[in-house]
Amino acid sequence: MKGVTSFFKVTGGLVSLLMETLYWCKSVFGNMDKVTDQLLVIGYQTLPVGALIGLFSGGVLALQAGPTLAQFGVEENVGGLVGLSMVKEIGPVMAAILVAGRVGSAMAAELASMSVYEEIDALKTMDINPVRYLVMPRFVATVLALPVLVIYMDVIGWFGGAVVSSINPDVHLTFSVYYRNLSDLVDFTAFVNGLIKAGLFGVIISIVCCYVGLKTRGGPREIGTSVTKAVVLSFVLVLIFDYYATRILLFLDID
Amino acid sequence: MSEQGETVKESGGNGGLGTAGRGGARAGNGLLGYLNSTPVGVKISGLTKSFGRNRVLRGVDLEIEPGETVVILGKSGTGKSVLLRHIIGLEKPDSGTVLIDGEPVEYDAPGKGGHTVAMVFQSSALFNSLSVADNVALYLREHKVFKDDGKVRQIVSSALEIVGLSEKEDVMPSVLSGGMKRRVATARALVMNPDLLLFDEPTAGLDPMMTRTIGDLILDLRQKVEMTQIVVTHDIDLAFYIADRIAVLSEGRIIEFGPPEQIKNCAEEAVREFIAPQFGENRR
Repeated sequence: MKGVTSFFKVTGGLVSLLMETLYWCKSVFGNMDKVTDQLLVIGYQTLPVGALIGLFSGGVLALQAGPTLAQFGVEENVGGLVGLSMVKEIGPVMAAILVAGRVGSAMAAELASMSVYEEIDALKTMDINPVRYLVMPRFVATVLALPVLVIYMDVIGWFGGAVVSSINPDVHLTFSVYYRNLSDLVDFTAFVNGLIKAGLFGVIISIVCCYVGLKTRGGPREIGTSVTKAVVLSFVLVLIFDYYATRILLFLDID
Repeated sequence: MSEQGETVKESGGNGGLGTAGRGGARAGNGLLGYLNSTPVGVKISGLTKSFGRNRVLRGVDLEIEPGETVVILGKSGTGKSVLLRHIIGLEKPDSGTVLIDGEPVEYDAPGKGGHTVAMVFQSSALFNSLSVADNVALYLREHKVFKDDGKVRQIVSSALEIVGLSEKEDVMPSVLSGGMKRRVATARALVMNPDLLLFDEPTAGLDPMMTRTIGDLILDLRQKVEMTQIVVTHDIDLAFYIADRIAVLSEGRIIEFGPPEQIKNCAEEAVREFIAPQFGENRR
């Protein structure tokens, strides 16, 4: 019974925070400095790790799929397979997991620390809305940065797939054949599919991590617990919503 | 928030508030020109608050006159800070009322009431990502009190001068000592132009010298700025040093309230026990 109560309490809290954050998006232009700061942290500083993950994700896709396709004599389709997989699934999900682990954890830790050390209370007493001041800039920055990061990781993933396809003796595909097949199969709608998911994951990660951070009470131990909770909840929700988003996008024919 | 730039005096001549601590030069004219507070009275009636089974406040009644400095004295864990959080609206009571100048406190939106109430938190609650000056300027900038950021900087410098930290404008809070953080938090509260200023354990964890500095700062503010002050502490020396009246909180109730002399001569056992010297004769 307690678990059910807690589930509805957290769900209600998340929806309520999302609604309040959307309301405060009206003042985004007056808070561009804070949004830019967050964009720098979420976007720019994530690029090196994003490149590494993208490169090896594309590479491992080509490594797994290439020899199997070669057995059936259709190894030229590796480009399309890697391209579509990266754009529609691997790119958005890997980018979301990277951002949740790297940025979401930092968001949760910072806000949890601010809650524990009375900084959120100090904002309230100064009549500064914590959602406008702290959550909205993180929300906007995450929702903007994640799709850009996905495009970046997609492109690097394609390259990783091309390198592995060309050096793997079982596949041995030239770059031109790889990219020709990729460009034949990956169209604009596939890109949009991935970007819609990325935006959705940005909403989930920022709201979950900010919510958990703001609800933290206690001391340093609770800050650590909150970070773990925020990251795990983000991962779980990203994967659950990925399934439902895919179904809806298939239904809407955006695939 | 209206534009208040015209209220700032560009030059001095307002009688300065001395800097906290030693070597207090005349300071703070810019801030004193800007400050326009009106002391308010506070009336607390039948306030109760429980956290789970723990009954923290069990019917607090207290009436504070405008412009006086009241110290709420009590042992650790008697609900002093909880009482302060009710006055500023951060906690909602189970029953009872808090009226500030006759108006009930806004519990759902602290900081939005008709009167400006500021609080210096026990942890100082400075924002670690902002410099000292940016911390102090936060309220002014977020509420766009001045269109000209030069005026904000002038007020901030002035406020930091009052608390004796003018040379620390550009440093980050993480490198400040506990006492310095408390003084920055006081400067941040001051620029809000408060009618009522609350201090939560302002000397907790500070050495005797810094305790004296904070005590002097609170006294200076009382003399030079018209506002009501409520100080929560378990520091008996500080209480007798700064208070107009002292309220002793015990078991969730105010058991004695009056001028320092009355508290010193109080026959109530719980009060006598609390204000008695902690250490007797040297045992060796």
